[in-house]
Amino acid sequence: MSAWLSQIAKEPDEETSASIHLAGMHLIADRSGALYWPEENMLIVAELHLEKGSSFARFRQHLPPYDTKATLRQLGRVIEAYEPERVIALGDSVHDRSAWDRLDETDRSEIETFAKRMRDWFWVAGNHDPDPPSGVPGRAVDNLVVGPLNFRHEPGGVIGAGQAEIAGHLHPAARVIGRGGSTRRPAFAYDQNRLILPAFGAYAGGLCLSAEPFGPLFGKESLRAAVCGRSRVFTVPAKSILGWR
Amino acid sequence: MNAPSALPTTPLPDSFQTWFDTKGWSPRPHQLALLERAEAGQDCLLIAPTGAGKTLAGFLPSLVDLAGRKRPRMGAVGNSPLHTLYISPLKALAVDVARNLTMPAEEMGLGLKIETRTGDTPASRRQRQKRSPPDILLTTPEQIALLLSHVDAGRLFGNVKRVIFDELHALVTSKRGDLLALGLARLRQLSPDLVATGLSATVADPDALAGWLVPQNSDRPSTADIVTVSGGAQPDITILKSDERMPWAGHMARYAYADVIKAIAAHGTTLIFVNTRAQAELVFRELWSINEDSLPIALHHGSLDVGQRRKVEEAMARNALRGVVATSTLDLGIDWGDVDLVIHVGAPKGASRLAQRIGRSNHRMDEPSKAILVPANRFEVLECQAALNANYARAQDTPPIRDGALDVLSQHVLGMACADAFDEGDLYEEVRSAYPYRLLTREAFERVVQFVATGGYALKSYERYARIRQRKDGLWRVANPMVAQQYRLNVGTIVEMPVLTVRLVSAKQAAQRSKNALRGGRILGQVEEYFLETLVPGDSFLFGGEVVRFEGIHEDNALVSRTEGGDPKIPSYAGGKFPLSTYLADEVRAMLAEPKRWNELPDQVADWLRIQKDKSALPGRDGLLVETFPRGNRHYMICYPFEGRLAHQTLGMLLTRRMERARAKPLGFIATDYVLGVWGLADFGKLIAEGRMPLDELFEQSMLGDDLEEWMGESYLLKRTFRACALISGLIEKRHPGQEKSGRQVTVSTDLIYDVLRQHEPDHILMQATWADAATGLLDIARIGSMLQRIEGRISHQRLERISPLAVPIMMQIGKEPVFGEARDQVLEEAERLDEDALLAEAMMDEDLR
Repeated sequence: MSAWLSQIAKEPDEETSASIHLAGMHLIADRSGALYWPEENMLIVAELHLEKGSSFARFRQHLPPYDTKATLRQLGRVIEAYEPERVIALGDSVHDRSAWDRLDETDRSEIETFAKRMRDWFWVAGNHDPDPPSGVPGRAVDNLVVGPLNFRHEPGGVIGAGQAEIAGHLHPAARVIGRGGSTRRPAFAYDQNRLILPAFGAYAGGLCLSAEPFGPLFGKESLRAAVCGRSRVFTVPAKSILGWR
Repeated sequence: MNAPSALPTTPLPDSFQTWFDTKGWSPRPHQLALLERAEAGQDCLLIAPTGAGKTLAGFLPSLVDLAGRKRPRMGAVGNSPLHTLYISPLKALAVDVARNLTMPAEEMGLGLKIETRTGDTPASRRQRQKRSPPDILLTTPEQIALLLSHVDAGRLFGNVKRVIFDELHALVTSKRGDLLALGLARLRQLSPDLVATGLSATVADPDALAGWLVPQNSDRPSTADIVTVSGGAQPDITILKSDERMPWAGHMARYAYADVIKAIAAHGTTLIFVNTRAQAELVFRELWSINEDSLPIALHHGSLDVGQRRKVEEAMARNALRGVVATSTLDLGIDWGDVDLVIHVGAPKGASRLAQRIGRSNHRMDEPSKAILVPANRFEVLECQAALNANYARAQDTPPIRDGALDVLSQHVLGMACADAFDEGDLYEEVRSAYPYRLLTREAFERVVQFVATGGYALKSYERYARIRQRKDGLWRVANPMVAQQYRLNVGTIVEMPVLTVRLVSAKQAAQRSKNALRGGRILGQVEEYFLETLVPGDSFLFGGEVVRFEGIHEDNALVSRTEGGDPKIPSYAGGKFPLSTYLADEVRAMLAEPKRWNELPDQVADWLRIQKDKSALPGRDGLLVETFPRGNRHYMICYPFEGRLAHQTLGMLLTRRMERARAKPLGFIATDYVLGVWGLADFGKLIAEGRMPLDELFEQSMLGDDLEEWMGESYLLKRTFRACALISGLIEKRHPGQEKSGRQVTVSTDLIYDVLRQHEPDHILMQATWADAATGLLDIARIGSMLQRIEGRISHQRLERISPLAVPIMMQIGKEPVFGEARDQVLEEAERLDEDALLAEAMMDEDLR
């Protein structure tokens, strides 16, 4: 890490986060599900699924209408903690195509306030939000390459030598078993080639790593999960992840 | 019989008298008493033991009335032929009673249409029943709710004269009872002259049950007449005398199986009751392993495939079985042939519960029922003895009728909006006439209506997506027809844990996961998803009496193959863990406190208590005994509240929080029905003795304030409770129109909803409903409250050098049962250490290579 960066980039909370090394880069898995890249002073979040609550309300399921606020509050905390210059939202930032229009003014201006503090804000296109966002600042992109890291919504792209992929889409969660029982928590899933972020949105939920889509994406032995526990992030080997291949 | 002292004056019509005469029977006094009440238009509660002819008593007034009636033709309101509704908690019971009722009705030549309607009834017949209803309809609470939500409910029910509630005692203690009470209130609106009859086993509070049957907050009498048939012959109950050594701990009673087989061989048909499905599986397997004469013994529990269960039931009715190992699925009144012995393995948990189970043997009420209790460990001996004494004293400990749940009310309000536009004030009065809701405030009711309309949030953002709307005339009506469709798909209050179908396949087929193999695989039953999540392919478990190997999950099937031997993991299905009743708990403490009564107990147990008295102290009847002692490199604190496992779990969570603050470094705890044990690093005894952790502060009632609130927020038990409320209230749907075929649907996890709601609107009506459930449900907070009150100033501390005799059972359970630690981060930490070890090993290997 260069000297000037270490001055402005706030030291991450080493007590509660975990380090991940990928393509020679040092990344920090935050307990909230966000990923921080100190060298680039960049924060990555996946699957915000803003306005999922109101999306369900259209079908007359009245989930508590506070999910967007909860997600943005959490995002605000992480931004406060790491003070990044760049943010990448890795796709599915909103739950459906009309969700940008349903954002209420407070939430919209909160996003604007965040974006104003950044040098760049990237909205990567996802399957829920294939169109560029409307009414909020930031650049819409299909994917993004920064140094050796390829950022895209759906995992499974071609990875060149010395490179790695950072993706979202699958909402990984790990069930870990021990003597006291088992626990299922959101997790960063990764091996030497690829990392998938857990979903950041309050209503986004998770999919167990035992599920079929994860199988072909990671090495059988080399998969690791950085599991977002209640007190901190725990790094867990493949053999402790229930149902992994 | 304490009801009519003189012979009833109502004579039976001739055709009825003739029928009784040809059978060689005479009507029983209580049957005539019910006839008399019904003809006078009086609601009535009949309390009678099994075998008293309860069902005929319930129907006789209807049959008599119908015999003299000209059948109306379905047409305008008031012309429906539907005369009598019979509502039972079990589908099978409705079907069984229909069969038993059709026979006399036919023999008397009444020419009646008697039909059942349950979830299993084909859609075509259900449609027809609405167009052309029978005279008598036998059905379940859910079907009543469904029918009442239809626009033509008034036409269908407008002429109903009688409603009969069977096994009312079992219905009213659950949310189904709340829904049914609301349904009854609506039925009375549609047919103001109807007469309600309740049929019940003996209960602790008959007056409350009688109140349930009649409209509250009205000018009518607020309770029904009670007719009691006192219970026939004294049952013949014994506790199994075994020469084997009585186990200290465990729930499986292995020591007794040889004696159980002997008892089965010596009787015609024996019902073997157990408390959990896991016990059922194990007892069944163990009995067969020593069943040298191959006595036909079957297994019956709620996870088995319905077809399999029906087969067992039919075989029983034919008297083709000598024994059936069963859980509470066989508790209620279906007539299963001639059972002449009930064996109860494990503690009965409640005096009334035991009485009802024993009532399953010998359906003729004037002959004694015969039962053998088989305690599985030493504490259970005390509980069995207490239950036995209670049975002879005819003591009852059925739970009280619950206050109406707000989630159920939400469901009902939506249903009523589907039926017809409603006025808020009128519906409030109607709801308040239902017994469980008699104390409901107008404000709470209005919040429920708001919840149904748009979720009832402080942040009003869903107005345009309302489910019900107020019209210009002020009446509430469903917003569109899809809402009614949604309602009908989700009606009911039974919330199941997510389950998977267990299918038997050959190991080879499972490996290939071929579609044919899946189609061909025999269905064994269902198992909760969370249990399977603890298994890895290759693990084996007991299911339906066989050891099966878990092969994997495919769609919503759990694939298993047959396997030989191995040490099966036992399915720990949810449910079936009833806490010890307060009454029995009190009796057990009383027995412990009075050495004179120990001669009732087996010598092994009495000796155990004598040594305890010598080495430590006995738990008092009203106080609390707390023992502390060191063992290994840990310190233990053992408490003896006898308040049931659920309450002890909650107490354990709260105590360990407080002990942490007292720097006692607790590491974990374990809870049984009788005892709570905590262990940790600091010397608990010293901390208590030196006043650094005073017991009266540790057990102060304030524990149920902030500590509880703080802990509950994170508690998975509260999340599970919330899930049930969210499903029942309609916040989230079990099924959505058009999605029912897609299997597991995309939905939002209720845990996430809970977290968001708790953060942003902690006093939302669903949170209130959740807390209300938590007080009596999985957390049993109400019970801890009364215990803390009882023991205040009565806690005695025994600081011991070593383990006491009474502490032996719980010390043996440590390591056999899951240890509690809510955060579960411990599990992750363990797994992480595994990883560190691996890294270290790798590092060392590199070293070697160099």
